[in-house]
Amino acid sequence: MSSSVYVAGIGVISAIGNNVPQHLASFEREEAGMCDISLFDTTHSKKLPVAEVKLDNKQLTAITGLPDDTSRTALLSLIAAKEALTDAAIPGFDTLRSGFVSANSVGGMDKSEAFFVDFLANNNKGKLRNIYDHECGSMTEIVADQLGISDYMTTISTACSSSANAIFYAARLIKNDVLDVVIAGGADALTKFTLNGFNTLMILDKELCRPFDEHRAGLNLGEGAGYLVLVSEKVANKLSKGLYCRLSGCHNNNDAYHQTASSPDGTGSYLAMKGALEKSGLVPSEIDYINLHGTGTPNNDSAEGTAIKRLFDPKCPPMSSTKSFTGHTLGASGGIEAVLSVMAIKHKIIYPNLRFETPMNDLGLVPETKFLKNQNIDHVMSNSFGFGGNCTSLIFSRI
Amino acid sequence: MKIYIRSSSCISPQNTFGTENFFDDIVEYNGTRLKAIEPEYKEFIDPKLIRRMSHIIKIGVAAAKDCLNKGNTEMPGAIITGTALGCLEDTVSFLTHMVEQDEELLSPTAFIQSTHNTVAAQIALMLKCHEYNNTFVHKGISFESALLDAIMLLKENVANNILVGGTDELVDASYTVLTRLGLYKRWPVSNLSLFSTESKGTIGGEGAVFFLLTDKSSDDNLAELNAIKTFYKPKDIKASIISFLEENSIKIEDIDLVINGRNGDTRNDEVYKKLGLSIFEDSALANYKHLCGEYPTSSSFALWLAANIIKKGAVPDVVIEKGNNHLIPKKILVYNHYLNKYHSLMLVSAI
Repeated sequence: MSSSVYVAGIGVISAIGNNVPQHLASFEREEAGMCDISLFDTTHSKKLPVAEVKLDNKQLTAITGLPDDTSRTALLSLIAAKEALTDAAIPGFDTLRSGFVSANSVGGMDKSEAFFVDFLANNNKGKLRNIYDHECGSMTEIVADQLGISDYMTTISTACSSSANAIFYAARLIKNDVLDVVIAGGADALTKFTLNGFNTLMILDKELCRPFDEHRAGLNLGEGAGYLVLVSEKVANKLSKGLYCRLSGCHNNNDAYHQTASSPDGTGSYLAMKGALEKSGLVPSEIDYINLHGTGTPNNDSAEGTAIKRLFDPKCPPMSSTKSFTGHTLGASGGIEAVLSVMAIKHKIIYPNLRFETPMNDLGLVPETKFLKNQNIDHVMSNSFGFGGNCTSLIFSRI
Repeated sequence: MKIYIRSSSCISPQNTFGTENFFDDIVEYNGTRLKAIEPEYKEFIDPKLIRRMSHIIKIGVAAAKDCLNKGNTEMPGAIITGTALGCLEDTVSFLTHMVEQDEELLSPTAFIQSTHNTVAAQIALMLKCHEYNNTFVHKGISFESALLDAIMLLKENVANNILVGGTDELVDASYTVLTRLGLYKRWPVSNLSLFSTESKGTIGGEGAVFFLLTDKSSDDNLAELNAIKTFYKPKDIKASIISFLEENSIKIEDIDLVINGRNGDTRNDEVYKKLGLSIFEDSALANYKHLCGEYPTSSSFALWLAANIIKKGAVPDVVIEKGNNHLIPKKILVYNHYLNKYHSLMLVSAI
């Protein structure tokens, strides 16, 4: 029960790259991934910047070999999950109890939207193939089948903290000796549904987002997928290839304040960060970098900032929101940012928080604005907070 | 560690909520869609909130609150839900407005409440519960995933009382789509004679069932939850069941009753038929999907049924497939499969 869980492989796709090396290069160049919307026709075109993966569905199906009508969410998921599994290069993988725990927020909604246009006009119309995989679980199943994983799979959906919870749950499946190795993370494609949903909430910035800045005006939606390969101590000992790090602490709390808004004092985020620290046996001063949830909305950033101050004052660790590069990838964000946190430890780097100018009033927090190399990064905290008050923090530690 | 079902509450197409009756008053449906019977919500939910809540949120929150009341617990140590399709009413509503209004002048309410974690979130909000909160959305094992999470939390000693439930709603759009996909029978059928005609398709259902799991023994507990296991596309389900029983050191003869997920669809029921002629040949059998309809988290209804049969020491006539109604089961195996892809086993016994 008390054995450690290790990270043996990573995979990621987002607006700033189709794999891990491309992400590293984009960060080094300080190049964000936002652009105009090209994936679908929308009245918000050219008005709201989004962070699209720079491959269209045709290219994604060609790379993955999946059928043409596959949801973009499953396509993105497969690319990142495969990269992670290949990277882990676990000998005798077939002989281990393996699992796939994936997260997303709207399943095959990109296809359901197409179905719905015809269906609404006439309930006997609409291509059934487009609605067949509407369920969130379908995305996971499609990818698990491709990865050849059948011992265990499940899907988690807790809005924007979904894939952090997938990683947390996967780690517990290993600790409870249910599985030996789990690919865990999440995926979400941009959809008209989410774009319009967030637009009705008036939390989309018409400019590029400015997380943690006093003049921030909202988030930019993004898309992508990010996965870790988590292994038990027993499997870790057998690997010839080095491990990335240890998943040393995870904690999940609920803000219990409002369906979408965070409490002003960031109760949920505070409890999640504090709980993760306790589980990892660390004190606040030992955290070397925080990968912020940092969406760029006035509400999230002030709640998260307040919670960080409360926990880390007087000395807050270096922090940044990589959403200033990738946009907010919703159900994928916890997975993508977990990968980035792991990379921060491996490459001893801190990512810049782009477009930051003015610290938030009363908080005075100044995120890192430059790409920093050769940093002493032993412990990284990754925050993911979502609608419904779902708050989760993960801590990764150098071995 | 022993894990107990302390209390349970079930909103379903039958009179299962707010009554001590145990199928004395069976509801017959003629059609292929069974709707959950809505209780008087204001006993459980702030009347100001009821108006804004969709069907699934209301049945979910009411069942959760009732379950806590029955378990004399104000604050659970964790809230975990399973739902395959989530908040369909709000999802369809937002999609419809988006298409019909060409993305203009949309209201955020439906979008806000469309996320799959809304039921778990609303329960947390109502209770001001800051503890662990999670939602599983994996097809026919959404509820089982939530249950496994709860069991692990108890074993990790993170909490002593965990609220865990399965919720799914059937709305007009999903009923129409699932009918077109061939899930349901093509003509009306009485749910009470669902198993007497051999034909393709089943009947659709919905519901919200919550359990309070605890590691504390008490005479008030309904039953012990011994084990749960899920399988994806098992090559030989018979062998999987046998090894599950072995893992739990019991023999098939020790099982007093097998509650299975027959749903009246010949293709679906073929699996149960085969097992009924092999390992379950001498077992007493019970069915439940004629009462609640087929839906991805219907196994939560089956677990509620199993726990109550054990507590009450009686098997209602309406569920018996094979065996006699004088049976007082001490050990029940719940076996369900969803579309023959996801199979699950839950073992429940008397405390």
